[in-house]
Amino acid sequence: MSDAISVSGASDQQRSLGRRLWDILGARPELFTLMLVVATCVVVIIANPDFLQMSNLVDILRASVVRGLFAMGVLVVLAAGGIDVSFTAIAAFVMYALTMLVINVAPDMPLVAILVIAAAGGAGLGALNGLLVHKLSAPSLIVTIGTQYVYRSFLLTFVGTALFMNIPAAMDNLGKASLYTHVSSNGVASALPATVLVLAVAALVTWFILERTLMGRAIFAVGGNPQIAERLGIKLFTVRVFVFAYAGLLAGVAGVVHVASNRLANPFDLAGMELEIIAAVVLGGARITGGSGSVIGTLLGVLLITLVSNVLIFVGIPSTLQLFIVGLFILIAGTIFTLRNRG
Amino acid sequence: MSLRLDRQTLFLAAINGIVLVAGAFLAGRGFLDSYNLQSMAAQVPELGLLALGVMLAMVSGNGGIDLSGIALANLAGIVAFGIARTLVPVADDPLLFSWTFAALALVIGLAGGFLNGMIIAYAGLTPLIATLGTQLLFTGLAIYLTNGSAVGMGYIEPLDDFGNLPVFGIPLCFALFLVIAAALGFSLIYTRFGVQLMLLGSNAKAARYGGINERRMLLVTYTICGVLASVAGIIIAARNSSVKWDYGSSYVLIAILIAVLGGVKPEGGHGKVICVLLASTALQILSSLFNFMNISNFFRDLAWGLLLLMLLASARVNLGIWLKPSR
Repeated sequence: MSDAISVSGASDQQRSLGRRLWDILGARPELFTLMLVVATCVVVIIANPDFLQMSNLVDILRASVVRGLFAMGVLVVLAAGGIDVSFTAIAAFVMYALTMLVINVAPDMPLVAILVIAAAGGAGLGALNGLLVHKLSAPSLIVTIGTQYVYRSFLLTFVGTALFMNIPAAMDNLGKASLYTHVSSNGVASALPATVLVLAVAALVTWFILERTLMGRAIFAVGGNPQIAERLGIKLFTVRVFVFAYAGLLAGVAGVVHVASNRLANPFDLAGMELEIIAAVVLGGARITGGSGSVIGTLLGVLLITLVSNVLIFVGIPSTLQLFIVGLFILIAGTIFTLRNRG
Repeated sequence: MSLRLDRQTLFLAAINGIVLVAGAFLAGRGFLDSYNLQSMAAQVPELGLLALGVMLAMVSGNGGIDLSGIALANLAGIVAFGIARTLVPVADDPLLFSWTFAALALVIGLAGGFLNGMIIAYAGLTPLIATLGTQLLFTGLAIYLTNGSAVGMGYIEPLDDFGNLPVFGIPLCFALFLVIAAALGFSLIYTRFGVQLMLLGSNAKAARYGGINERRMLLVTYTICGVLASVAGIIIAARNSSVKWDYGSSYVLIAILIAVLGGVKPEGGHGKVICVLLASTALQILSSLFNFMNISNFFRDLAWGLLLLMLLASARVNLGIWLKPSR
């Protein structure tokens, strides 16, 4: 009798250990993302220790900034139960139109003014998305597919298609500015770009909005169940316009950062990035059906996507397999997260 | 009920007619000659088949959508050509080669669609995430297999004829498209599968209580989507005499546009094959008209985007009051 009890007790304990891990994963899906990031890094380092160089780490950070800015916006939209595929078009529109404006009208415009105009322009286009999603009461995927076409082709038809090789001085300085310059033993200098600060600020603001404001509460409530949220007195219209405007705002800023770090304004840039960004946010643990998601998880998701697209060469995996691996990660993460929700 | 649906079909048919007539006026008589009509018809099937796939996914409800269609179409063409080339020497027996190629492509499409179906029905992923993942998976595999460049197939007579030759004035691939659409339309209206699918899409809970095996239905539906995509892949390969991973990269969005234009409800449970077919021909005629008039591609995309938004808006505005005969 006592044997039976002790045996079942032991197996209970064992199961509860596994179960506890599973529960932790349930509460903190970003841990799974972290595991994937660490696993990828370990594989890369074992295969090629050369990877651990300052210049590589800086490159990865640099490549994460624009993606990260986009992802913060997508996170907020996803948390509210929507989806946005038009943000790359907004970014391209804002960056190109703004560069053209600054060069032709006010070549000496300070950086702050440029960023404010970019944010305002992006927010305006984003708010239009939110307005349409609410008024047409159609799935936001389909509405933003429509606005993506409209924004991008309006830019290419009516604004222009020629590249700007000489970008305004303020943007150029933003791209060149570095927070810290590391010179390695073999004399290779690598600079941590100041644009990382933009992402840091955006991440903090997003975290604050989602976790510390009433709007954040409302966003998660609407994402969880819009009908109940409405009965609680939350205005769906306000929340929808806010989340899409916020995503547009960040997209506008991301556009300026993109021009600054590439020293080139190309209206054809950024197209086709949207699915990759949504993938990063989903990898970070945000549910596509809304009501969940975290800033730290999203940042990890972006890091994972950037790692996969930047470091495969170090492991000897042909870079042509990049998309395949991202797709695989999404399916694995999606399955794990779904199982966790079911359990 | 049936009167209302008929009106929608008539409306789309009328749009086709109006665009054709407008084309004759704006672009001259050449727009309506048999050569141009045939060339327009031969361009419809690729997008039309993908749109039918999107329609099936949407009809099944629960946020159903298929983003992986064109990726699977290209992958099917690439893999089928790679394998068929080693099995059958093209120069010796081009006809056998073409059939082998087509059969292999269909198998790839079946497998890809089955994968989508398994992930959505049994692993329980949202269709959007599942098909986004498999889209990247299929595209990634296609890039890996071809190193990112186009693979020329050379001139293979039976395949080329299938893509471009008209028989009794109708291009073969367009005829195949019509046959497939007819079969699909028939099975949606008159078979057990079709009725169950509509019920599942309009009310999943009722369907479950009604004893419908939801998972098997979803699996079958997405598998059919995959097969439709692979047929599109065969037609693309036949018409271009080459296969490439990024052919028709804008088709993902245009296929959705056609489905919505054809009156398919994104929330599920409603869609008519004939309307999607008419929507795809209308879009093709309009697109050719823009070409005839030397209007830039960018402007055409702008028109597509506005069209999609206006369609969504028109679904919100009740036009019934204005259409009813006043007494």
